[in-house]
Amino acid sequence: MTDEEQLEGLLAMLRIRMFEDRVRTEFAKGGMPGFVHTYSGAEAIAVGVIGALEPADLITSTHRGHGHCLAKGAPLDGIVAELYGRETGLCKGRGGSMHIADFANGMLGANAIVGGGIALAVGGALASQVLGDGRVAVAFFGDGASNEGVFHESLNLASIWSLPVVFVCENNGWAESTPFSYASSVSSIAERGVAYSIPAVSVDGTDLTAVRAAASAAVARARQGNGPSLLECIAPRREGHFVGDPEEYRGREQADQARESDPIDRLAEQLVARGILSAEALNAMRKDWSGQLDRAYEFALAGPWPDPLDVERYVYS
Amino acid sequence: MSTPDEPRPRRRREPTYLDALTFALDAAMDEDPRVIVMGEDIAGGAGTGEPFEGQMGGTWGVTKGLFAKYGPTRVRDTPISEAAIVGSAVGAAMAGLRPVVDLMWASFAPYAFDQIVNQAAKARYMFGGQAQVPLVIRMSVGAGLRAGGQHSDSHYALFAAIPGLKVVAPATPNDAAGLLLSAIRSDDPVIFLEHMSLYRLKGALPDSTAGIPLGTAEVARMGSDLTIVTIGASRQIALLAATQLALEGIEAEVVDLRSLRPIDWDTILESVNRTGRLVLVEESPAGVTISDAIAAEVNERLFGRLKAPVRRVLAAASPVPFSPPLEDAWLPTAERVLVAARLVCDRLPAGRD
Repeated sequence: MTDEEQLEGLLAMLRIRMFEDRVRTEFAKGGMPGFVHTYSGAEAIAVGVIGALEPADLITSTHRGHGHCLAKGAPLDGIVAELYGRETGLCKGRGGSMHIADFANGMLGANAIVGGGIALAVGGALASQVLGDGRVAVAFFGDGASNEGVFHESLNLASIWSLPVVFVCENNGWAESTPFSYASSVSSIAERGVAYSIPAVSVDGTDLTAVRAAASAAVARARQGNGPSLLECIAPRREGHFVGDPEEYRGREQADQARESDPIDRLAEQLVARGILSAEALNAMRKDWSGQLDRAYEFALAGPWPDPLDVERYVYS
Repeated sequence: MSTPDEPRPRRRREPTYLDALTFALDAAMDEDPRVIVMGEDIAGGAGTGEPFEGQMGGTWGVTKGLFAKYGPTRVRDTPISEAAIVGSAVGAAMAGLRPVVDLMWASFAPYAFDQIVNQAAKARYMFGGQAQVPLVIRMSVGAGLRAGGQHSDSHYALFAAIPGLKVVAPATPNDAAGLLLSAIRSDDPVIFLEHMSLYRLKGALPDSTAGIPLGTAEVARMGSDLTIVTIGASRQIALLAATQLALEGIEAEVVDLRSLRPIDWDTILESVNRTGRLVLVEESPAGVTISDAIAAEVNERLFGRLKAPVRRVLAAASPVPFSPPLEDAWLPTAERVLVAARLVCDRLPAGRD
C-alpha cells in the first residue's frame, strides 16, 4: 500500500469506529429500535478487502454489517436513517441494522442468518462467470458461520466451478458466547481450504496492510479466472456480541485482551512515527467526521416513518 | 377418405406434461441468455464428455437436449448441495441472471429452507425494493408412487405460507408450459410444483410462448350446483367425480387454483357466490392447509350465500406412508370428493365422509 492508500485506509477505519461508537451511545439513549451489532475492531478487514475491489464488485455481509456498508461506499445518511427505521433509510426502513443493503454500490445485504450470505456471494460470482462481466464477489462471514453446512457446500461448489469469489472469514474468536476454540475442529479456518482445494491464508485482521495484501492476491486470482480463495482475518471481538451484551461468558481480562491490538491505533502510530500523519491532522479528521455524523443523525431523525398503509409494499415486484 | 396413393399422415405423439416443461425451458432459454438451469443430474454425466454427457436430462428427462443446445455454462449439473444450489441461484438472480433450479423432490427442499425462506423470499422486502430475485425452483411433488415418506411430499401449504414467494402447481400440459414461461419471466422467486402423477398426462401445448399469468385460477369445468376448488393433481380426481355427479343430476364447477400464492380470490368468490356450495380438494396433510385459508375467506365474505357448510377433502394427518393400502388411504380420492359433494348438496345423510 502506498502512503496515500494507508492514510485513506486509516480514515476509512476511523470512520467505521466513530460510527459504531456513536451507534452505541445513541442506542443506549433509546429511540434506535431493535438490536445492533458493531463492527468495532474488525475495521481493517472491511477496509483492506474492499479496498482491493472495484466499485462494480459485489459483497455479501453479516449481522455485523455497518463496516462493510461504509467501506463499500454506502451513503451515511441512508445508513443512519435505516437504523432508525425511516422511509429515508437505505432499505426504506424495512431492513434495519441486521438487514442493511446498498445494491447501488454492490452491497448485497447484511444477513441476520449466520452464514446466510456465503452462498449468495457464490451466486454473484456465478452471474459474473456466465455474463462474463469480470466482477468479483466477496463473502464476509464469521468464524461461527464456518461451522454451518452451507459454508462447506459453498466452498466446494465455488471450487469445482472455479468461480471468482473470495471467502473472507472474520474470526473474532467468539460465536456469540461460544469460543472459537470450543466450537471448531480446526485451530484456524484457513485449514479448511485444503478440503476444497482452495488456497487459504490466515492473516492478522488488525493489520490493514497485511489484510490488503492478502485480499489483493485473492481478488487478482479470482479476476483472472483462477477460482476462489479463502482468507481468514483474525481480529478479536472488542465489544459484546450486541450492544448491551453483559458478556457474562468472558472475564474482564479476556475482553481487555481483545482490545490490545487495535487496528486503528496501530496504523495511526506507525504513520505518525513515519511523519506521514500528524496528531493535528488526525484530530481534524475526527472532527470533520464527527460533524458529518451529527448531520446524518439530524437527517435520520427528521426523516418520516414509513406509512403503515405500505406494510405490504415491496413484497413483490 | 384416403387413397392408397397418399402417404398415411404420420401420427405425432401427443405431448405430455414433461414435454411441456421441456418446451417452456427451451423457449425461455432461447429468448433470454440470462436464463440458466441448474440442479442435480439435469445434464447427467457432467464432465464425462461425449457421448454420455447431457444425455440424462434430469430424473424425468425434462432438461434433455438443453445441454447440447445451450452448453455447460447455462445447463449446470451441481453437486448434491441443496443449500448452495439454491443460495447461489438466489445470489445469481440478484446479480443479473434468471436461474431455474431443479431441486428434484420437494422433500429435499428443507435442506435449502434458509435460502428459500430467509434469502429468496425476503430480499426484495427487507432491502426496500432494491433486490430483485428472478428465480424459479422446480420440484417434483406428490404421493401415489409408493415412494414413501421422503419422496412424496407436496408442501403446498408450507410454501404458500411464505410472503415473497409465488407458488404455482400446474395440472395440465398447457398450464405447465404457460406457467413455467411466466415463472421464468417473473422478477420474483417462484416455487414451481409438479405433481408426478401428471408427468405422463397428455394434452395440447400452448400455441404460443405468451405464458399464463401467475395468480390466475382456471375453471376446468363449468357447473351451477357446487364449486370444487382443486390444487395440482386434485383437478383430475375432481373432474372424475364431476362426471359421476352429472349422472346424479349435480353439475359441479371445478376451479383449478393453479396459483397457490397469490390466490385468485375473484374466480373462487365469483363461483361460490353463484353456486353457494364449496368443496376443497387438496393433497396436503389435514391440519393447516391452503383449503383452510380458502374456507375461512369464503366464510368471511360469502357467509350469507352459503347453502351448506364448506367441506374439505384432504390427505391424512400423517407423513406419506409406504405400504400401498396405507398410501391409498392417505390420498384424497374421487370417491371422497363424491361423498363430500353429495353432502354439501344434501344428497346424503350427514355424519361421515
